[in-house]
Amino acid sequence: MSKHQHQRRHTIAVLVDNEPGVLARVIGLFSGRGYNIESLTVAEVAAKDNLSRITIVTSGTAMIIEQIKAQLARLVPIHRVSDLTMDGPAVERELALVKVAATGEKRVESLRIADIFRARAVDSTNESFVFEIVGKSDKIDAFVKLMEPLGLNDVSRTGVVAIARGPRPL
Amino acid sequence: MAPENDLNGSEILLKALVDQGVEVIFGYPGGAVLPIYDELFKQNRLRHILVRHEQAALHAAEGYARSTGKVGCALVTSGPGSTNAVTGLLDAMLDSIPLVCLTGQVPTHLIGNDAFQEADTTGITRPCTKHNYLVKDVNDLARVVHEAFYVAKSGRPGPVVIDLPKDVVTAKGRYVGPAKVRHKSYKPQVKGDAAAIEKAVELMAHAKRPLLYAGGGVINSGPAASELLTQLVKMSGFPFTLTLMGLGAVPAADPHYLGMVGMHGTYEANLAMHDCDVMVCIGARFDDRVTGKIAAFAPHSKKIHIDIDPSSINKNVAVEVPIVGDVAHVLEDLIRIWKTKQVRPDDKALKAWWKTIDGWRARECLRYKPSKKMIKPQYAIERLYELTKDKDPFICTEVGQHQMWTAQLYRFEKPKHLMTSGGLGTMGYGLPAAMGVQVAHPDALVIDVAGESSIQMNIQEMATLAQHRLPVKIFILNNQYLGMVRQWQELLHGGRYSESHMSAHPDFVKLAEAYGAVGLRADKPSDLDDAIRTMISTPRAVILDVKVDPSENVFPMIPAGAAHNEMLMGPEDEAEKPESEDGMVLV
Ligand SMILES: Cc1ncc(C[n+]2csc(CCOP(=O)(O)OP(=O)(O)O)c2C)c(N)n1
Ligand SMILES: [Mg+2]
Repeated sequence: MSKHQHQRRHTIAVLVDNEPGVLARVIGLFSGRGYNIESLTVAEVAAKDNLSRITIVTSGTAMIIEQIKAQLARLVPIHRVSDLTMDGPAVERELALVKVAATGEKRVESLRIADIFRARAVDSTNESFVFEIVGKSDKIDAFVKLMEPLGLNDVSRTGVVAIARGPRPL
Repeated sequence: MAPENDLNGSEILLKALVDQGVEVIFGYPGGAVLPIYDELFKQNRLRHILVRHEQAALHAAEGYARSTGKVGCALVTSGPGSTNAVTGLLDAMLDSIPLVCLTGQVPTHLIGNDAFQEADTTGITRPCTKHNYLVKDVNDLARVVHEAFYVAKSGRPGPVVIDLPKDVVTAKGRYVGPAKVRHKSYKPQVKGDAAAIEKAVELMAHAKRPLLYAGGGVINSGPAASELLTQLVKMSGFPFTLTLMGLGAVPAADPHYLGMVGMHGTYEANLAMHDCDVMVCIGARFDDRVTGKIAAFAPHSKKIHIDIDPSSINKNVAVEVPIVGDVAHVLEDLIRIWKTKQVRPDDKALKAWWKTIDGWRARECLRYKPSKKMIKPQYAIERLYELTKDKDPFICTEVGQHQMWTAQLYRFEKPKHLMTSGGLGTMGYGLPAAMGVQVAHPDALVIDVAGESSIQMNIQEMATLAQHRLPVKIFILNNQYLGMVRQWQELLHGGRYSESHMSAHPDFVKLAEAYGAVGLRADKPSDLDDAIRTMISTPRAVILDVKVDPSENVFPMIPAGAAHNEMLMGPEDEAEKPESEDGMVLV
């Protein structure tokens, strides 16, 4: 089984103690061992238990993905590691704020496309909009691409958050 | 004694250490840790060994830990104290040695200000520790210390740093005992999965060319693991090999022992590994020094891997039967299942396998050309072994050819008796490690087998030996070269000896004397035995400078990137060296 096998994208959810340095440990693990990070999000999810959740999108061969999970699991402040890509269906979402500066026909067109994508304008001036869009990452990619010729000049994305479908918690 | 909530941070710290069973701290003071040293001064439960360099404090704590099975403890100051400790931390990390290292830190309000002797210790040590802590509140201190000891010794052991700002170790706070501390998230699995163990027994029962391959995990698991493995060897009649870290896990005298495996392992161990059909890896990790070229590694084998660290499994080599658990626990279950199932190994196949192995053994791969004029380094190790084997010695080594000859030729009959830097390969490890061993075993014979170059990396510790009256014996194989570097240059770089010769070395006899130790020298084979005997019988620290043949190389050798069946057996093999492009970039 060589390292040149088929690469696959995985979304991994990690429950960690919300303490200083924990994010540095996770990121250091990825950079130190040469793993990819496509996106990473982190926020506190259970204030009472002082837990944060990190969602990492990474890619690698089956053997590398196994390694990533095992390496994460052995970090001391990590409670749980779940591979949402492997462990049954999951919902993935990303939020983006997209700024389009335009006037005239381009401005109208950007609003029309936003409407199709169910993006909403959360800020507007005479020569710009900021749209908020939520969805799968590829939907956001498509939206951004369509906005490019219409005056797109700034994008801010959250990265993927994900959760398993069905009644079971992480 | 003051009421429990009226202790200062330093008192809390020392109380926690005592409650964790610490008896000895290896350390070096400085501004940030003065309050801790002040408390040390006032008590007599904890012994402090003052070293001469913080790196040595860490290696000494490693030697202490490896020879006792307890957690080693070191104490260093902030900034340069903690950066000097880094090599020792990584050394302990790679060899899975349980340590707790206390580092001083500038007061909390100065952290991040580039204060005098400030270093981002938790940042710097994050990738070279199992875990680290920065304590910001004195009321967390006792809990953190207890947690740190738990983390250091459970699961796969490793070093833990506790960074201690100066205001935290002076503030008053509350003490909590170890019984009250439970770790929230870190609970390593020690029992192996029963179904997997059954599957392993099944595979072993039908093996025709089995091999047991065991490593440092057996030693870390404790004496029970060694006994169980010895029992498994006897029960099964299977051949076994050990890694550098595993030497002594099962007595070398056992007739099933094939010698060490890997880059400088024996012909029979490496070929058995290449040709086996069932490999049982027990507390070892398929390190690149062991596997050689991964693509050609044990191509016909099914593999069982017992390891307490799930991340070791399927990392370099994919295995058929992974078993996550502590070696002793898993072997106990495995042996029980073996017995209840009344497994009878395939006798006929096993006989044929042993016949093949005996053919390989007949090559006598560790043989070398003896000399009457010059001391061969191999001969020096053999004589050292013969003259010390009845004295239950602890052997430490530095890093280089002398280390490999020790591993090949000194026969280790017990676990925890060899201390060597395996994973990091740290020159300068041996002397301070020997110091730590001698502190733990004051009456034992403790020998550091050294190269003339490695020994100079922590030679200042001779003064520590003098101050604490530690009668460590330093046995230098003096070949006047960075011998292992010279060997690679000879075999892989066309004999261009770039910067591997040192034309100036100290007079080690005078050096020993300058440090208050005894200096001895052996120049010819006929001097050697007497010199070794004098070394052993001298009740003080000794340097024995043994002048050895500088041109000798360590064989067998699997060049980096080559397969097990592409071993170089001796000088005559150099002509057909398999010098692959891949091999050249490997270390
Ligand atoms: C700190 C450190 N620096 C460099 C090396 C690379 N290295 C490995 S072995 C060796 C030579 C060691 O020489 P010596 O101690 O004389 O031992 P010999 O090989 O001659 O027996 C060197 C430089 C190392 N392992 N550690
Ligand atoms: Mg040398």
